[in-house]
Formats: sequence, C-alpha cells, structure tokens
Amino acid sequence: MSHHTISVRELSFAYPDGTRALDDVSFEVGHGEAIAVVGANGVGKSTLLLHLNGLLTPAHGTVDIGGIPVTKGTLPDIRRTVGMVFQDPDDQLFMPTVAEDVGFGPLNLGLPADAVAARVVEALARVGAAHLAERPPYRLSGGEKRAVAIATVLAMEPNVLVMDEPSSGLDPQARRRLIGLLASFEHTRIIATHDLDLAAELCERTIVMGGGRVLADRPTAQVFRDDELLAAGGLERPLGMRACPVCGAPPGPAKVRTTRSGGAAAPPEPPAGPLR
Amino acid sequence: MSSVATGLSALDRLDRLARLDTRVHRVDPRAKVIATAVYIVCVVSYGRYDVLGLLPFAVFPVVLATEGGLPLGFLGRLLLVVSPFALVMGAFNPLFDREVVAQVGAWGITGGWISYASIVLRFLLTAATALVLTATTSFTGICLALQKLRVPDVLVTQLLLLFRYIFVLGDEATRMSQARRLRSFGRRGMGWRVYGQMLGQLLLRTVARAQRIYLAMKCRGFDGEIRVAQRLRFRTADLLFTIGWSAVFILFRVVDLPLAVGHLVTGLGG
Repeated sequence: MSHHTISVRELSFAYPDGTRALDDVSFEVGHGEAIAVVGANGVGKSTLLLHLNGLLTPAHGTVDIGGIPVTKGTLPDIRRTVGMVFQDPDDQLFMPTVAEDVGFGPLNLGLPADAVAARVVEALARVGAAHLAERPPYRLSGGEKRAVAIATVLAMEPNVLVMDEPSSGLDPQARRRLIGLLASFEHTRIIATHDLDLAAELCERTIVMGGGRVLADRPTAQVFRDDELLAAGGLERPLGMRACPVCGAPPGPAKVRTTRSGGAAAPPEPPAGPLR
Repeated sequence: MSSVATGLSALDRLDRLARLDTRVHRVDPRAKVIATAVYIVCVVSYGRYDVLGLLPFAVFPVVLATEGGLPLGFLGRLLLVVSPFALVMGAFNPLFDREVVAQVGAWGITGGWISYASIVLRFLLTAATALVLTATTSFTGICLALQKLRVPDVLVTQLLLLFRYIFVLGDEATRMSQARRLRSFGRRGMGWRVYGQMLGQLLLRTVARAQRIYLAMKCRGFDGEIRVAQRLRFRTADLLFTIGWSAVFILFRVVDLPLAVGHLVTGLGG
C-alpha cells in the first residue's frame, strides 16, 4: 500500500477554550499530489495541518495516512511518514548548529552515526545549504533558515510534506528559489498559504477553507477563476491571473499547474541557487 | 544599541572564540569542565578573611586565556560588566565589620574591608574562569560534556535550549522596547507599570513559542533525550590536564604559597 496518500474524513475539532476550529472537514489526497490549503486568517488551516501528524487529536472523525489511521499507537510511524515544516523556522531549528539540527530527527529514529551524517549531508545539499552545516541557526538569514527547516524534515525521508506558510517572510528571489525547490519534490505535498501565486504554480488542486469548513475542493485553475468563491473565502485572484494593472491587458496564459507531478508535464526547473 | 543587544553580541563573540583551534580548545570538554569544577570548589572553600592565599589561583584563567589566544581586553570588559553583582553583594561588609585587624602605617584596615576584598577576588577568579571555559569550549561543548558526565538530561536540554533561544528572546525584547520607545514621549509611557506589562507579554510569547518548539521536536521523534552525533575522545593528554590542574589547585589550597614565599624572603633577608 502506498504511504503517500492522505484521507481525512468528517474531521471536527474544538480548542479547550471552546473555539470551534474545524467542522466536518473531509478530503482525499493521492500519491504525489500537491494540494494548496487557502483561506482567510483563522479559518483553521494550521489546525488542520496539526492533525495530519497527530499533534492534535480529532474530537470527531478520522485521519488516515497511507491507509494507517492516526492514533496514539501509530504516531511514531505517522511522524516518520509525514514531515512538517512550521511557519516560523525559529520554532523548528532548536539545536546549536545546523548540522546537529538536521541530524536530530534521524538520530531519534535510531540510525547509526554514519548513516545520520550521510542523511545530513544529503538533505542540506538538496536544499542548497551544504555550506551552512556548522553555522548556529541564529546567525542565518530568513531564506537560509527556511531552507534548513525544510532540510531537517527531508533528513527523515518522509513521504508526505506538510508546510505552513512556506513563503512568508522571504524576499522575492528567495521565494522564487523556494518555489523551484518545492516543485522539484516528488513527495505528496500539502501547503497552507496566503501566497496564491505560489499555490497556482505548485498545486494542481486547491482546498478553500472558511469558518472551519471546506468551501471548495477543486482544480486550482477553477478555484482562482471563481470570484464568488474567492470572495466567500476572504481571498482574491492571484496577481498572475489578473488583468495588467498598468495597461489593462487580460492575463496571459495562466501559469497554473494542471497536471499531476510525474505526469506528462515538463519537469519543473531546479532551484537556481541556494536559498538565501 | 540596547543593553540586551550588547549582551547578546558578547555572547555571540564568546561562541565565535570557541571555534578557534588551539591547544586549549582541543582539550576534551569533560577535562576542562572537571578541572573548572575542582577550581571553583577550591576557590570558594577559603575563609572569609583570606585574600593572599587566593592570588595564585589567577594562574589558571590567565594561562588558559593566553594559551587559548583569547583577547584579554574583551574578557576584562565582560568581567567588568558582570562584576556589579559581587561589588554590591559585599558592599555592607565594611560597614558592619569595623574591627581593625591590620595596621599599615597610620591606616587601620578593618576586617570588613578584608572580607569585601576576599568576596570580590573570589568572584573575579571564578567568573573569569567560567568565561575562559566558555570561550575555549563553547556552550554546546560544555553541555555535551555535562551530558557525558551523567548530568540529568532535563538539565542539559534546558541549557542547550536556553543558549539557542536566548538570542530569539533577546531580539523579541529589543523589538518590544524599540516599539515602546517610538511611541513614548519624555517620561510618558516609560514607567514601571508598562515595563511590568511588557515583561508579562514577553513571558506569554515565550510560553507560546515553547509550545510550538515542543511540537516541532515531537514531530521529529523527541522522547526526552537530545542526542548529539558528535563524539568525544578522552585522550591521555586530557587526563593529564585534569589531574595536573586539579593537583595544582589542591596544592594552592593546602600550602599557603604567598605566606611560604614571604617566609622564604624574610628568612633570607634576616
């Protein structure tokens, strides 16, 4: 059975203070798919992500990863399968040096020291951050921190990547390189973001959330042309799909992913350089 | 620059110094930690009126700092920054203890002043040694040594995370205080009440961040023990370092060297 699928059924969750964060959320994600989760602030996107590797336990409903239900007993397996990249890299990078941080997960998996070292080198090379290995995290720039945070997750060789606002706080070029990097991954990806252009470029399908519910779950190109839906979700069209603000010319052929990664689409360009 | 930022940049510089590669830096962290522990125990075990007997102990931090290629001016300034604590702690001794115990010409030196000098000297010696230890071993190296020396994991984890997040916390505090200054005019808005509320805010933010960090750690299989791949090697030279220095400290403690030298000199003179 593929470990790369996600199945969320009738998921509901309320925080201890009574805030109802998720209300009957259901969706399926197939092997290697990239899904964007979009919606206004506070509609439950982050809460949803925290359910995908068992950091929160559903009040009602189930989450299955690769056919395995997320329960207390399956947590070690689930957490190896689902890699989570947090919104603030400072929360994720807690070890004294970059190399030790990237090695943290593999060491906890019980790998021998040389295998851990190999994974650290490989993961850092993958995100173009090999030169940062010995640096302490507090001396990295925003883009570097993001790259390293992704490497810490890659080092655990997960099948599913869950990301919360991966492009927040990045300068335009660092963001561009991040998009290139994410496009080059073959993992199943779930990306919660306000960066709708990023969603349009990376994700073939988009889930729009509002008030803890799923408002729509459709191909990205359809979602971003449905102005009524976007307004209901507290969103607007991505810049790349609007008329030119200077000359008023209609948008060109939209740069929206419509094919599944690994399908007939041309392979995505590799990142132009290391994230900075 | 705010005082928080200055303190953090000093800490950062200590950490950079710890990356130098000298004979002292190469000594196994455990050897340095044990020698320092013996040193501190010896220094603090002196009586309250001892001053002269402490002087030979200055050898340890001075030798380590020079051999380790540390900038002495920088260490001296750091010592000054932390010394008000000791200066204030002993400040009442000269007031309470006015018994004259020694006479220098017409000057009567009271016991209070001698015990004050002893407190300050002991503080300077131990603080200098701790700084030199950090600057030649790195905070992480010290934590690793403590872990290998069977110090409980909870404590080591606390120390490691403390060092990592003190920079994040410092930045946050600096930003908050800048934001306050920008919207305060004269003494308005700079009072203690606001200060207290800011501290509370900082605490709440820290708690929230701690929870997020804990989640991130759980995601990567944290089970209460931080494992570090780095391996330490305790060689003969490290053993000699530990035993040699410990023997020197104990010798200093048992034999009052300045007194012996004094006897020798006066003996020769007479």
